[in-house]
Amino acid sequence: MRQDLTHIVRWIDPGSRVLDLGCGDGEFLKRLRDERGAAGTGIEIDQDNLTRAVGKGLNIVQQDLDQGLANFPDQSFDTVVLAHALQAMHYPDRVLAEMLRVGRQGIVTFPNFGHWRCRLHLTTRGRMPVSRFLPYRWYDTPNIHFCTVRDFEQLCAEQGVRILARDMVGAGSSMLARAWPNLFAQTAIYHLTRPA
Amino acid sequence: MALASDARSVGLVTPQTAHFDEPLTLACGRVLPTYELIYETYGKLNAAKDNAILVCHALSGHHHAAGRHSVDDRKAGWWDECIGPGKPIDTERFFVVSLNNLGGCHGSTGPASTNPATGQPWGPEFPPLRVRDWVHSQARLADALGIDCWAAVIGGSLGGMQAMRWALLYPRRLRHCIVIAAAMKLSAQNLAFNEVARQAIQSDPDFEDGHYLHAGKVPARGLALARMVGHITYLSDDAMASKFGRELRSGSLDIGGDEPVEFQVQSYLRYQGSRFSDSFDANTYILMTQALDYFDLAREYGDDPVAAFEAACCRFLVLSFSTDWRFPPARSREIVDALIAARREVSYAEIEANEGHDAFLMPIPRYLALFRAYLQQVAVS
Repeated sequence: MRQDLTHIVRWIDPGSRVLDLGCGDGEFLKRLRDERGAAGTGIEIDQDNLTRAVGKGLNIVQQDLDQGLANFPDQSFDTVVLAHALQAMHYPDRVLAEMLRVGRQGIVTFPNFGHWRCRLHLTTRGRMPVSRFLPYRWYDTPNIHFCTVRDFEQLCAEQGVRILARDMVGAGSSMLARAWPNLFAQTAIYHLTRPA
Repeated sequence: MALASDARSVGLVTPQTAHFDEPLTLACGRVLPTYELIYETYGKLNAAKDNAILVCHALSGHHHAAGRHSVDDRKAGWWDECIGPGKPIDTERFFVVSLNNLGGCHGSTGPASTNPATGQPWGPEFPPLRVRDWVHSQARLADALGIDCWAAVIGGSLGGMQAMRWALLYPRRLRHCIVIAAAMKLSAQNLAFNEVARQAIQSDPDFEDGHYLHAGKVPARGLALARMVGHITYLSDDAMASKFGRELRSGSLDIGGDEPVEFQVQSYLRYQGSRFSDSFDANTYILMTQALDYFDLAREYGDDPVAAFEAACCRFLVLSFSTDWRFPPARSREIVDALIAARREVSYAEIEANEGHDAFLMPIPRYLALFRAYLQQVAVS
């Protein structure tokens, strides 16, 4: 299980209804079901992933997130999760707004492009960073909308989204990441809601 | 090769007939005093009787879905790709029931059967049927087989409509509903194609206003034409292009020659049409296309599919195929969106496939993999 997912399990109330956007092979939803008794639905676009998730007894709908969530009623889930997919959306701002229309709460995780390694790479080499963590080159990457921790919090402020909690994962220890997230967090994790 | 495929076949099967003496009141208000349903079963019903799957057939289908009737049978049942040991509907785990619907012409009571009141074939006097009549008669068959609750009811196309109707009429009698390449109702274009098919049959001079059996005739040309029209709608443009293209079966288009030309696609359609008219009853075809036309899942729920699905409590798997233009993916999405809005449990995938509507009968690896994965997690004792 990816580290960011382990961090967010505790934000899911037992027995709650969870919508996982870009749920992959459903491992996270399965864990939520098994550990938290959560009733999960996943959205996934890749059919091989979808088949693996369906095989775990999960409800998975094939859907393109860039087309929105219009088919999901307002406030029909307790929590909507978008793990490591924000940066691949055509309209991250609209997806964020949709998440908090469909769910009472949202959980977003993304790779922080403000991480010092990204900055160093760009500064010293003058080229877009390629690393083990972000292995794509600029022209073939699905990650078309990178942001930093500060960028994301700015977007939340603009949209009137309240940050209930945040957590940061660093490359090694997370102590530095929590102290100076915009510089040291490799993955940023947010628990969000929209005040009524 | 032959051995390997045999190991994945249900083998030789023998149809059985269930006779029903309890009158069945139909949606049209008329009553069928007695009737018979012919069916086949594959696999074994377990002691808890919780591993039964009902397979509902499509427009021109029948009870023979898997295996062969004799060792000389050239072709296996119509859904042999999906039913058998180790196949998506795994007969090692499930007990599969496949019947010929009421009104059919393969052994169940229908227009070609004898009307007990007159001693003559029913012909056009056979009562019109709705999808719900099939569902009610299938429920009687379930009773006869001692099956209180199906592990799953599965159908493609018109079969998918039966599966959905099951979920609304008998919500406690199925745990899973698998709806493949279907729709909640026909579009005007769908209705139009069905009308062309019926007109083809009804305008055949041998149709005799539906009394062709009495007259000792068969409206074979009309039936063949109806099937040809239908068949075009089952295939995609791409599938036809790759299967036939503009290939000639005979003749030549060379300048200076006047040899008559026959395209491959012409010959194929004629073959399909004539084979169909040898084996299918014209009145049944009319009855089945009308049942298809009249189906509207949400009509009695204030035309609100969300309200309709709120009556269901099973889990759903909905599948569509990218090049299906008879029941395109958008129609399946309407089903899925209504289920989501009704907060029912649903999985959905649009399978990339070139084969058009007919894809639901084809061994498309991604389709079979997903179908299998879903059924593997269906609990049985």
